[in-house]
Amino acid sequence: MSGKRDVREEPATESFPLPTHCSGLPMEKLVYLFDALSVMNLVLALGGVVAGILIGALPGLSATMAVAVLVPFTFTMDPASGLIVLGAIYTGAIYGGSYSAILVNAPGTPSAIATTFDGFPMAKRGDGALAVSLATLASVVGGLVGALMLMFLAPPLAQVALAFGPPEYFWLAVFGLTLISALSVGNLLKGLIGACFGLLLSMIGIAVVGADVRFTFGSQMLVGGIDIVAGLIGLYCIPVLIDLVATRDPHLKVESDSSGFRLGESFAIVMRQKVNMIRSAVIGTVVGILPGAGGSVASLVSYSEARRSSKTPENFGKGEPGGIIATEAANNATVGGGFIPTLVLGIPGTPPDAVILGALLVQGIKIGPQLFQSQGSIVYTFIFGLLIGTLLMLPVGLVVGRYAYKSIVAIPKSALVPTIAFLTVIGSFAIHNNLHDTAVMLTLGVIGWVLNRAGFTPSPIVLGLVLGQIAEQGFVQAYLIGNAQGNVLGQFFGRPISLAIAVFAILTLFYPLIAKAIGAARARKSETDTTVESRDADA
Amino acid sequence: MKLTTLLSTAALTLALSAGAVHAQDSSGAGDYPSKPINYIIPFNAGGESDVAARFQQPYLEEVAGQNVVIQYIAGAGGAQAWSQLNGMEADGYTIMGSNLPHIILQPMAQDVGYQTDDIKNVYFFQYTPDALLVPADSQFETLEDFVNHAKENPGAVTIAGSATNSANHVAQTRFNDLAEVNTTYIPFSGTSPTMTALLGSQVMGAFSYTTAALNQGDAVRVLAIAAEERVPAFPDVPTFKELGYDMVGGAYRGVAVPTDTPEAVQQKLSDMLGEVNANEEFQKKMEDAGFVVISVPLSEVPDFMAERRQAYEDVAGLMGIEMK
Repeated sequence: MSGKRDVREEPATESFPLPTHCSGLPMEKLVYLFDALSVMNLVLALGGVVAGILIGALPGLSATMAVAVLVPFTFTMDPASGLIVLGAIYTGAIYGGSYSAILVNAPGTPSAIATTFDGFPMAKRGDGALAVSLATLASVVGGLVGALMLMFLAPPLAQVALAFGPPEYFWLAVFGLTLISALSVGNLLKGLIGACFGLLLSMIGIAVVGADVRFTFGSQMLVGGIDIVAGLIGLYCIPVLIDLVATRDPHLKVESDSSGFRLGESFAIVMRQKVNMIRSAVIGTVVGILPGAGGSVASLVSYSEARRSSKTPENFGKGEPGGIIATEAANNATVGGGFIPTLVLGIPGTPPDAVILGALLVQGIKIGPQLFQSQGSIVYTFIFGLLIGTLLMLPVGLVVGRYAYKSIVAIPKSALVPTIAFLTVIGSFAIHNNLHDTAVMLTLGVIGWVLNRAGFTPSPIVLGLVLGQIAEQGFVQAYLIGNAQGNVLGQFFGRPISLAIAVFAILTLFYPLIAKAIGAARARKSETDTTVESRDADA
Repeated sequence: MKLTTLLSTAALTLALSAGAVHAQDSSGAGDYPSKPINYIIPFNAGGESDVAARFQQPYLEEVAGQNVVIQYIAGAGGAQAWSQLNGMEADGYTIMGSNLPHIILQPMAQDVGYQTDDIKNVYFFQYTPDALLVPADSQFETLEDFVNHAKENPGAVTIAGSATNSANHVAQTRFNDLAEVNTTYIPFSGTSPTMTALLGSQVMGAFSYTTAALNQGDAVRVLAIAAEERVPAFPDVPTFKELGYDMVGGAYRGVAVPTDTPEAVQQKLSDMLGEVNANEEFQKKMEDAGFVVISVPLSEVPDFMAERRQAYEDVAGLMGIEMK
């Protein structure tokens, strides 16, 4: 508890010199800060964050669901307060998803997929409290970056969304897919096979482009396709459950010193990783702006970047703190980022934004370019509310996370397994209030377990499932447009943003080879220095 | 050992909850409604169907004297929910949003687990007219500019819309037919990606709804709207009819119940929805958001459905949907 005072001040004073930013903000807008600071709004923000964290932490109950369930309650509030609650729930849920990712290896929301890569290995070796603290700090910083960009740069950044056409989405998805080569070092073939399986899964159902019915094997259940959340729960949770039952080992290693948040250590790591953290937050904000991409893509892309630019890429996937920082900073930054097109263009950046947009319409608020001028009081009160909610995540998250960790460690396996099993069923049912998704989840779970035994990890499969649709739609749309213009190649290779993403994709794809070459060169240079891994300094 | 226990428990849970869905109730209208009504929307929260239901909710609650709980069963463009409708309790306490052309075109194009006649519509209360949009900085100032350019450059004009075999796709196909042009339809996965592509000028135009056009404000130019008369939210935008194209359509939304629901209950529900539709405050809210309020009560539903069906069947052939 001694570190608590620093906790509140750290992100604001160290990483974000607020005063200088504020110089760009006309004084009258600060009035809205006091509106947002009213007792009522603070209570609402606190309640929203707590509710969001709890819902997000349960596998299957996603941020979209949390927001959708609570929308009706906000209709009785004034618009700004209603928005503050929704924003707080949303940001809390995105952050809460990291708990189950770290402690149970089951992402609580799709945004937390990449958090499992390093979060669970850390928890397994006894560093669960550290991982949760890191996720908390990174989420808060990421959330702040996103919200500040929303406040100061919304109109210009909204143009980013418009610069992204079908070919850019295609290349972005391909970039995400190249992460497979990095995730499956030493077993590239199995990684690729897994990814192909995931891509095939993503094609099940009625195609958006063309409306063909594919791979449904005559089953009604599959017409709607494989829901990503059902796939996530199945492929990540069920194998963990089966292994828990099948082995005698305790779920997580109990820390020798299980007191405290390990905050000091977290701060030290965060300071070393500040470049990584800020870069990830910026990536998160930008990806959040792109409608249809969302937190899962943002965290995968920033994870990939963090790994590529790290001095110790071989540690990624084995419990590297930098991995958690990258994914959690990125996915919380998508919250602020997603609101940029929502508020500026009237186009929701992420699924929860679509729900919030609907709520705004029902409140009678006209969104769109004129919103910042015509409804400035609501918008700025909301953005300040989002900033406050994000800051509240720090104390709330550390306390809740601590209890979550303690209880996961303390609960005997015989109670833990049925609880998680129950949650997987509830979570998959809750996606569409539909048992189809539960059946899909269980089936994929069993397949995932069998594949796990054969050496196939779930991540490449999930990557294929998440990115397959984006890649496919982007490709077909770009092809159709190119065809109409008589310039198909120009669509794919003649656009600067496309080209830039494609280059990054190629770099990442051949990264294992490049890393090997660099590693060999390094090894020749200093044969005596074999403890390079311990120095994970990034700054 | 424990693995099999776990799996069989899971299977048992599945079987039990599946069985629980089928229960019978055969009472007449009686004191209906005497408990909360579940209003299922077959799409995600935040879409037009949801927004319209949210507008109805407070007024319907007032008329019914009961809570109205909005739930979502999204998936497969609505087919996920509609294919389950008749397995739900047929007592009037489970009602579901129903959308045209979806419930007509989907079963026409492929096996989606329900037939159009399986959906018992009790009321259609609004529609969002199709609107042809171009970016604000587009070279096309009027529909005539657009049509002329399309005639000079067959196939080169791209029109975005939400999904294949959807209302937007129907509009684009019908427009091609009526204006005797050949434009290329680019399907996107929803209204937001469609609008993003339009605003970014990735495509030359888009078919969407008045509701979506309203959200973009000055960033888009509406060339024409497929309504009978000018829409209050767009007093300066001509209808297709005014410009000489006999095109009236869009996405129509109503409320459906399981087919076994007692007729007295269906009628009561239709009356209640009619009362909501007659409320001027409700109408004002809907119109401000770009919806067009229509009133098709239970007695008129069969004629309305037949008329729409004919219209969609005409277009379906052009869209390459093979009728079964």
